[in-house]
Amino acid sequence: MRIKRRSGAVLALVATTVLVASGCSSGNSGTGTNTSDLYKNPVTINWWHNANQAGPLQTFWQKVADDFHALHPTVTIKISAIETNDLQRNRIPAALLSGNPPDLFQSWGGGEIADQVKAGYLKDITADTKNEVASMGPAANIWAVGGKQYALPFDFGIEGFWYNKDLFTKAGISSPPTTLDELNQDVTKLKQNNITPISVGAGDKWPAAHYWYNFAVHDCSAAAITNAATKQDFNDSCFVKAGDDTKTFIATKPFQNDFLATPGQQGANSSAGLLANGKAAMELMGAWDGGTMQTLTPDQKEPSFLSWFPFPSTSGGAGGNVQMGGGDGFACSNKAPAECVELLKYIDSPDVEKAFAATGAGIPVVKGAEAGLSDPVLQTIAKATQSAQSVDLWLDTQFGSTAGTAMNDAIVAIFAGSGSSQGVVDALKKATSR
Amino acid sequence: MTATEPSVSLAGRAPARPARPRLAGPSRAARTRRKWYEIIGLTAPALIVFTVFVLAPMAFAVYYSLYKWSGYGWPTDFRGLDNYIGTYGAFRDKIFLDGLRNNAIILVGSLLVQGPLALGIALLLNRRFRGRSVFRLLTFVPYVIAPVTVGIMWQLILVRDGTLDTLMSRVGLGGLITGWLANTHVVIWTMLFILTWQYTGFALILFLAGLANIPHELMEAAAIDGASWWQTQRRITIPMLGSTIRIWMFLSMIGSLQVFDVIWVASTPAVRSLGASNSMATYMVDHGFTEREWGYGNAVAVILFFISFIAAVIFQRFVLSRDIEAPAKARRRVKN
Repeated sequence: MRIKRRSGAVLALVATTVLVASGCSSGNSGTGTNTSDLYKNPVTINWWHNANQAGPLQTFWQKVADDFHALHPTVTIKISAIETNDLQRNRIPAALLSGNPPDLFQSWGGGEIADQVKAGYLKDITADTKNEVASMGPAANIWAVGGKQYALPFDFGIEGFWYNKDLFTKAGISSPPTTLDELNQDVTKLKQNNITPISVGAGDKWPAAHYWYNFAVHDCSAAAITNAATKQDFNDSCFVKAGDDTKTFIATKPFQNDFLATPGQQGANSSAGLLANGKAAMELMGAWDGGTMQTLTPDQKEPSFLSWFPFPSTSGGAGGNVQMGGGDGFACSNKAPAECVELLKYIDSPDVEKAFAATGAGIPVVKGAEAGLSDPVLQTIAKATQSAQSVDLWLDTQFGSTAGTAMNDAIVAIFAGSGSSQGVVDALKKATSR
Repeated sequence: MTATEPSVSLAGRAPARPARPRLAGPSRAARTRRKWYEIIGLTAPALIVFTVFVLAPMAFAVYYSLYKWSGYGWPTDFRGLDNYIGTYGAFRDKIFLDGLRNNAIILVGSLLVQGPLALGIALLLNRRFRGRSVFRLLTFVPYVIAPVTVGIMWQLILVRDGTLDTLMSRVGLGGLITGWLANTHVVIWTMLFILTWQYTGFALILFLAGLANIPHELMEAAAIDGASWWQTQRRITIPMLGSTIRIWMFLSMIGSLQVFDVIWVASTPAVRSLGASNSMATYMVDHGFTEREWGYGNAVAVILFFISFIAAVIFQRFVLSRDIEAPAKARRRVKN
């Protein structure tokens, strides 16, 4: 799952994808859309996305639906906006299982989409989306299984520390840290100035687990991560080292009080809320954090003091300059009408992607659409995403939800002081056997 | 057997029976048959609904619990009792056992705290005084609020530097402040407190209804005999409230074993996953749905069912029996 950002690899991947796509178009999967039937009969598309908080993204999706309906009046679109974790962990699996799934729904790629494909829940869109996939490069591969495309991303970015420039200045920090040692020094400086250095939404588990993930992708070789994701092989010692590094970092006490009871992104008391309201100096979070913070400030605007730096490099790891990230995509269920794929393609058309970029809710995947980014922070993230040597998908998404959640629980135990580095590895092995 | 039947049993069967003029209408056999048709016809809808929505899902839960199953497709990976007693089964999972312990704390805590508290308030509110109905209403309010609202409300009050912390530091108790929802040793007691706050009103409603059924003459007679208020409560009111108290204990016990909503809302996933606040029910959802261990989640559901079932049977057999059987005995006595 590790995507090399070298241009050669990119070319090869694009070429392979196109080849696979054209190869499939004659097979059972690539029947394509029978264009003569398209838009003839009235259809309703049920669309589930995760922009459940009122904000620019929610407005944007509604506009996309309205515009598409205006273009194709036979298509009626019904949107349900559901909180992301609930959507991913409960609602979509339950709907797929019940045999009455939404037509178009959020997809995070990785191990999860592999499970869904194995059960035959998703529409193979390889033939229909050749052009879209070619326009976005390697990121699309995270939403492909066995060389076939089952969903398209609209957003992809790496994660890093969102920070408060004003508080950094106040603590006498002139430039953001680039190594872990520098980060530790900055934490000390912030604490000396009575500023909470980092807020973490450990209550939701995954925001805390991301520290371990970042240490893991720095400590592990690409092969170790791939073996873990595809063969459930967690025996590489780097996974224990990731736990040790996490422990060492927690021991510097960089986080706010009671972080086990702090949610990630809901309410002013969440970790994003603490950063947005000047009560903490940093938060490690994905590229969507600016959009989240926007909904958590009194004036509903993204604070102007925000800036961003990538996860600092560690010494002695096997991973090199690796970053971790993720994105959001949409998949069509196998029961969805052909118009669903058309809507998906419309979402990934350059103009819509550019308009998505302009909302500031994420980083577009279609080449050239990044021109729509007005937010300087997102421009920084887009640049860092481009320049990273390689990019890993969120480990919990990559390992699939059973192993992913068990891993998160064990990492939270480290945060609570009751867990151990070996405990994470044990939990991963245990989850795969239940 | 009883006084009404000896003539029949002494005289033997049909031959001794005086020949009654045959009533015009269906024969005895036909009447019996009709009676059975009626019974079947009237209970069938309920039986069908009960089978489809209660018995069948229970059977499915037992079936699913024998598999390793992610919930996608039909279960195929048969594991026998592994989900119960295997190396990674529920009874060897520390967090599940923590959940069991948390349920026990809530069960015992509810009985020991809510009962006496509600009884005390009920006895006070049973006296006549100005504004009694207002007080009664106010004590019910927590029970009427939706559990999710209760959870969110207390979360906002108990959050670090929230209402409670501010209040405590104002009155000089700042040193006692802890992570009410984050300290893994404290959080289950916080949950017990919230549940007590909410469900004392429920016990109160039952007790007040029970008190209303106690004839006033008894109190008056006791008062004439010179019994103090306290003696009247201890010797008359509380014993006569016995059956109400036992029913409440039963409901509280089952409710404690199945507690879910307040814990789900007021404590974070992280705190639950550490075994600090989880109940069996939250553990079941966390694993069954969130971790997509559907087979395992079903195993937990089956365990939860059997624990509740056994607790209910034991309680009915040994504690509730006099309340259930007493009316039957009384009826038999009246018949004689």
